Amino acid sequence: MSVLKFSEDHEWVAVEGDIATVGISEYAQSQLGDIVFVELPEVGKQLAQGDEAAVVESVKAASEVYTPVSGEVTEVNTELEDNAALVNESPMIKGWFFKMRLSDPKELEGLMDESAYEAYVEGLD
Amino acid sequence: MDTDDLKKTPLYDLHVELGAKMVPFAGYAMPVQYPSGILKEHLHTRARAGLFDVSHMGQAVIGGDDPAAAIEALVPGDIQALKPGAMRYSLFTSESGGILDDLMITRRQNDLFVVVNAACKEQDIAHMRARLPAVEVLEDRALLALQGPEAAAVLSTLNPAVQSLLFMNGAEMELMGVACFVTRSGYTGEDGFEISVPAGAAADLARELLSHEAVAPIGLGARDSLRLEAGLCLYGHDIDETTTPVEAALTWVINKRRRAEGGFPGADVILEQIAKGVSRKRVGIRPLGKMPVREGAEVVGEDGAVIGKITSGGFGPSVGGPVAMGYVPAEMAVPGTALKLRQRGRLLEAEVAKLPFVKQNYHKG
Repeated sequence: MSVLKFSEDHEWVAVEGDIATVGISEYAQSQLGDIVFVELPEVGKQLAQGDEAAVVESVKAASEVYTPVSGEVTEVNTELEDNAALVNESPMIKGWFFKMRLSDPKELEGLMDESAYEAYVEGLD
Repeated sequence: MDTDDLKKTPLYDLHVELGAKMVPFAGYAMPVQYPSGILKEHLHTRARAGLFDVSHMGQAVIGGDDPAAAIEALVPGDIQALKPGAMRYSLFTSESGGILDDLMITRRQNDLFVVVNAACKEQDIAHMRARLPAVEVLEDRALLALQGPEAAAVLSTLNPAVQSLLFMNGAEMELMGVACFVTRSGYTGEDGFEISVPAGAAADLARELLSHEAVAPIGLGARDSLRLEAGLCLYGHDIDETTTPVEAALTWVINKRRRAEGGFPGADVILEQIAKGVSRKRVGIRPLGKMPVREGAEVVGEDGAVIGKITSGGFGPSVGGPVAMGYVPAEMAVPGTALKLRQRGRLLEAEVAKLPFVKQNYHKG
């Protein structure tokens, strides 16, 4: 069973078992524009919900990515090191940022599901 | 800021029609990028031609008996030596030797045509009016920039005379039946033109230029990455009232006669710095990794102490990696010198780089 949730900061988290994959949403990538570099967290790092986990650099500016859930980073998407544009091309699949082992699955309940997130984004424009 | 409170340029409706993302800049709603995005816009300008709306900048004409001599009381450049039609980059200096703004001055038969930064234009106009006779602000004109290797071919379809203009020269020219003032200049490092056009004719001219397959509309985002690669200063970032022309590596704007004669604001400070040197210098900086280093990052010494700062930085699409400018101790202002930068607590390797980062393609004849 997998669960997909979104944060108000436009991160998505997909959970299978106790492993969560985190990335940024289609809306976020379109707002950022051409992404040229992603600074990823170190594997093994403990992150609490809302911590700054990554930095995404567009031609224009640097933006922080916050982790929507707490846990330990187990893997990062090393493909982004050579091809940060994957975040623009495929934000929900190939452009994932990092995986983490969830320490508090209950946090997921406070996040938006896909339809709630879509409504949230619509309300921003 | 609500975009309704912002001033609009004569091309506002065209920007919206083209799908631009409009942002507040110096009190104006300006296009930061169009749907193709900054990266493609930047590369398109270097490969073909880009059209920029820079109507937010201040345009003014300085008249009077001898405006070239008069303006030398405000700028350290040799304006009197300019022949009619010649254009020069210069600086308004302060009494303490800092930089109040940078500007372009074109000498015409009977007057000077000046272009100043949008964010400084109110102060610049007041500064000029307080000290110069006959300063006329051109409120009813737009300013378009057409930049890139195909700019001349495109603009010459409207008036073949543009081909004969050389870099840093300007002339009155008719485009689509409208009298425009055209200079061969820009802010990208490429060949190109800046066109001062009556506001009412600006949108038609822009649409005509955009109808050429070679021309794409370019926003402020790519304008910034283009000028950074070209090693050109951005006022309020790389230069300001706290930096002198000597520290900013702009001593070249002060020629031999002005160095000998002085007579511009802050001359005592600036001339002493030319003679004795300064403790810091603006340089190009090339981060060695892939991470862009932004304005505000620190240059640190071996002991971690802050010894300089990054004043502009980002990803250079034509360079294919991060590029930056900033201030370092004068003894380190030599291309190839290793630097350590600190950004978000992380130390990054970099080196002092020769400016510009890309080859300039100016049309010097």
